[in-house]
Amino acid sequence: MHQLSRQNQLWEETIPGAAHWSFQMRRGSALRLTDIEGGANLSVLFYNMEEKLERYNMPDTLKAQHTAHLTKGFVCYSDMGRVLASVIEDSCGWHDTLCGMSNAALVEAKYGKADYQQQRNAMHRNARDSMLIELGKWGMGKRDIVPNVNFFSKVSADEAGGLHYQPGHSKAGAYVELRFEMNVLVVLSACQHPLDPATQYSPKPVHLQAWHCGTADADDYCRNFRSENVRGFYNTELLFR
Amino acid sequence: MAIVESNLNMQHASYDLVLPAGESWLHEVKRGQFFRILDLEGNQAVDTLFYNAHNAEERYSAVDTIREQANLYLTVGTRLLSTEGNVLMTITADTCGRHDTLGGACAAESNSVRYTGDKKFMHSCRDSFLHALGHCDCGMDKRDLTANVNFFMNVPVTPAGELTFADGISGAGKYVEMRAEVDVNVLISNCPQLNNPCNAYNPTPVRLLIWDAVNH
Repeated sequence: MHQLSRQNQLWEETIPGAAHWSFQMRRGSALRLTDIEGGANLSVLFYNMEEKLERYNMPDTLKAQHTAHLTKGFVCYSDMGRVLASVIEDSCGWHDTLCGMSNAALVEAKYGKADYQQQRNAMHRNARDSMLIELGKWGMGKRDIVPNVNFFSKVSADEAGGLHYQPGHSKAGAYVELRFEMNVLVVLSACQHPLDPATQYSPKPVHLQAWHCGTADADDYCRNFRSENVRGFYNTELLFR
Repeated sequence: MAIVESNLNMQHASYDLVLPAGESWLHEVKRGQFFRILDLEGNQAVDTLFYNAHNAEERYSAVDTIREQANLYLTVGTRLLSTEGNVLMTITADTCGRHDTLGGACAAESNSVRYTGDKKFMHSCRDSFLHALGHCDCGMDKRDLTANVNFFMNVPVTPAGELTFADGISGAGKYVEMRAEVDVNVLISNCPQLNNPCNAYNPTPVRLLIWDAVNH
């Protein structure tokens, strides 16, 4: 875990379970996500702030790094061969990017209906509608929703391709740190993972801390994690020369 | 892997086209019609996207499709789900065995990451997709490109979470066939990738056939 000082911390905030939010992270800043209670899930999408048509690309992220999950060393690629964000620290070991996000029908089928009229702000939320609300703030919509990252969730595949969600994967205090390599719009929802087998609607809060970390140097771990990433960082840095 | 053959006769198809490697194809398949992709020479990747023909905002969703069937690979019985949770296509026959939907489409920019910078000037699936959309006069553009199906591609994921590009399991004459459950626009790039050993560095043509619902 990187030590944060008063000088370099930018802001911090707790995202309540099931809440949604969006904000900009500048190149050279970092974001720590902390699973406060254990069992959180944070569905996240990334967009280039200056050209939001450039966005997180799950297939390019996977095939460039020959991986089907994210942890320290891996980076999140855009569809333009650039690195949006790098995973610089991770106490969790596995973050899902294969399973998409919850939607209204799925949440109602699993947890029943709980609308605002009955439950006020404890109403049941789902990640897709949450993303649509946040994207709407930036003039975006359904066409901008693509396969996302689910931080703190682990779903592995067996030899036959069968998917297995791992309950209890993320413990209380688990964290992951992202460094932003471009100016990035971060859109997130703290709804439960769509494969979470919990029978109770029980979305968990996530704490966010942002700080100035500076850009990746020549011997950076993520840059040198794979030869593909050396080229991905080069592509990214061309934007800022 | 289940191998299921179709009983449809190619002579009865209402549409029959050979699509060369490196070409794109955008075509409507009506509800109830059957659509077959035939791998003519073997191990050709057919990058494919599906859209509701009446509302392109509703499109194929790789992540919803694999999550709801609890399996990464597409084969007979797979329901290709839309972003709205509706079934666009159901795979009804498959003599290859399984198909990928994690590997995405090759693009100039991703080629520059995966291979070397000079590879970005080579022809790619995304160029084919954008060429087709640029000429379609249908209001679609790059914003409508999302994670696609790679028919005939073998991209196994290991239990440890690695993505591997294995030798193909398709061969000359193998095919996959699907029934449209709504009117669907199908966008194909017959992959021109020359840097990946999975197609033996030799992109080849595929045959596309459609049967009318009443006609078989």
